Amino acid sequence: MIKSLQELEEIRKKALEDLEFRKQNGEGIRIVVGMATCGIAAGARPVMLKFVEEVQKRNLQNVTVVQTGCIGMCKLEPIVEVYEPNKEKVTYVKMTPEKAARVVAEHIVNGKPVNEYTIGVEENQ
Amino acid sequence: MPIYRSHVLVCGGTGCTSGGSDKIYDSLISEIEKNGLNNEIQVIRTGCFGLCAEGPIVIVYPEGAFYSKVEEKDAKEIVEEHLLKGRIVKRLLYKEAIEEEKIKSLNEVKFYQKQFRIALRNCGVINPENIEEYIAYDGYKALAKVLTEMTPEQVIDYIKRSGLRGRGGGGFPTGLKWEFAAKAPGDIKYVACNADEGDPGAYMDRSVLEGDPHSVIEAMAIAGYAIGAKQGYVYVRAEYPLAVQRLEVAIKQAKEYGLLGKNIFGTDFEFDLEIRLGAGAFVCGEETALMTSIEGHRGEPRPRPPFPAIKGLWQKPTLLNNVETYANVPVIILKGPEWFASIGTEKSKGTKVFALVGKVNNTGLIEVPMGTTVREIVDDIGGGIPGGKKFKAVQTGGPSGGCIPASLMDTPVDFDSLTAIGTMMGSGGMIVMDEDTCMVDIAKFFLEFTVDESCGKCPPCRIGTRRMLEILNKITSGKGTMEDIKKLEELAYSIKDTALCGLGQTAPNPVLSTLKYFKHEYEAHVNEKRCPAGACKALLRIEIDKELCKGCGICAKNCPANAITGQIKKPYEIDQDKCVKCGVCIEKCPFKAISKKA
Repeated sequence: MIKSLQELEEIRKKALEDLEFRKQNGEGIRIVVGMATCGIAAGARPVMLKFVEEVQKRNLQNVTVVQTGCIGMCKLEPIVEVYEPNKEKVTYVKMTPEKAARVVAEHIVNGKPVNEYTIGVEENQ
Repeated sequence: MPIYRSHVLVCGGTGCTSGGSDKIYDSLISEIEKNGLNNEIQVIRTGCFGLCAEGPIVIVYPEGAFYSKVEEKDAKEIVEEHLLKGRIVKRLLYKEAIEEEKIKSLNEVKFYQKQFRIALRNCGVINPENIEEYIAYDGYKALAKVLTEMTPEQVIDYIKRSGLRGRGGGGFPTGLKWEFAAKAPGDIKYVACNADEGDPGAYMDRSVLEGDPHSVIEAMAIAGYAIGAKQGYVYVRAEYPLAVQRLEVAIKQAKEYGLLGKNIFGTDFEFDLEIRLGAGAFVCGEETALMTSIEGHRGEPRPRPPFPAIKGLWQKPTLLNNVETYANVPVIILKGPEWFASIGTEKSKGTKVFALVGKVNNTGLIEVPMGTTVREIVDDIGGGIPGGKKFKAVQTGGPSGGCIPASLMDTPVDFDSLTAIGTMMGSGGMIVMDEDTCMVDIAKFFLEFTVDESCGKCPPCRIGTRRMLEILNKITSGKGTMEDIKKLEELAYSIKDTALCGLGQTAPNPVLSTLKYFKHEYEAHVNEKRCPAGACKALLRIEIDKELCKGCGICAKNCPANAITGQIKKPYEIDQDKCVKCGVCIEKCPFKAISKKA
């Protein structure tokens, strides 16, 4: 039973979190996980689920986890790209659920990309 | 509520459901389970998206991929390609949604560009069977505001200042109606909703109930507070099972959440809602007949006054509005009357929902600001006439309305501009016709409907419309005279003046309006025994071109009426008295020597 405006507002906020998802091209951060066959074979699914879980756990607004197809560098899969408004895209490679959790904590929450996981570092090795 | 990475919206409107969207929904669910995606992807059945011609429609978020004309067998591909591997199934995308390989979002599609959705704001966006989604989009906030911050007088003042007029067709100022009901003496009052949509080709109210039932419930509760009523009735026709079911679910949820019943939002206001099913008689959409039907009697109109606001259901003051009118109310309360009044034209505020049907590319459900021109609706939103044919007219207002000819295509669509050209807004059916439509035949079609649906209570409607139909039949079969056209007009005017209710009074409108703009077509039928559009069968001639005929005899062999005779290697002939105009000979002739002559 909703007895007050506050209760209605609480339900609204909670339900809206779920629906935020349907908005497109939002202002927020987009975490794009490569989910082509190559990505899935390399283990992209648990990576993506970890992102979803972390975002949910931390109640992050304006962050969406989206999937995409094959980028072409299959040997570096799972590949995850993070898009932030007005910033250069960051590409993470050879992701794991553990790495995903760190990316959320350091990059998404604190704004510091985890350099050692990025494609540039990998290529120089 | 768990968070999903992707939402798949399947249109559950009547159009798409009849196209098999139920099966698509089921297949998507089973494919998703098969691939172990249950916890990641949510499939939601929504109300009508509007673009019915392209249905069944499936939209996948967050990408916003707009899949059209989806079939059951496509579900597997959508799940395996798009949801599992993230590859959008391009072949299923709505063709206009792809431009230079880039996927456009829904709002960028031309069909939606000139639209402005108020009544349809949640249709195709939320899950109509989930009250929390409605609440997420500010649902029941207007009711809360009204109950905790406003007096009934302030609510009525809001509605009056917004300039909202009845969307059922009459266009009566809604605020004024609310005021009448509020000021009517009496302790017991009722709020009623007219969802008895009966016009041929119209399905606006049905779509609102199917896609956003809570907006109507919320608005009726607001109305109950404004006029002092505790009980409401929604009168829906039983032929709308999906609308009825969604409404039932919504009412149940609203009761569970305490948004209907006693002490709503902790105040002493109480309001309850019941559904009343109608058997689908056209006359039951007329307000006095509708209320007689709710009371359990045969739905027949009675003379007004007294108006329902004074003596309605069980002789008590009753406020009756149409579904779409109600759907506007919560938005007006939340965004304010000035916001609403800033949309539309001087005397017709806000938007109007239309069911755009007939000879137009994008048939569907649209909502445009008042004052949008017929041309914008047909060409820009509707995407023009299919098959490169020429536009002839738009019929609005159903059996009570009339036609807008091509010469008046720049008429803004609002209550008064349409009345001025001899048609009306009506509830929102908009039937587009091309050059192949015979206007005498159209008038006949609507009159046949009225004759069938007349309740029979008053002679002008029961007998008069039948006499008119007989004359129209005479004209379309090539036996009419100029005297008949005169008689038709006379009958039309006297029925207008003498019929008991609005339906009888407006029944001659399709005839009068076609006579006004297409008199030459009537005259061609009478004087030249010719149907210019080539639609009236009795006036068609099927002829064999003697030059082209090689005398093979195939036509004679295939003619079911034995109307074709001749000798091999000499031109054949058709006996026009025997010919049934079936056109089989035209199809069979290898030399294209046979054709229809209007």
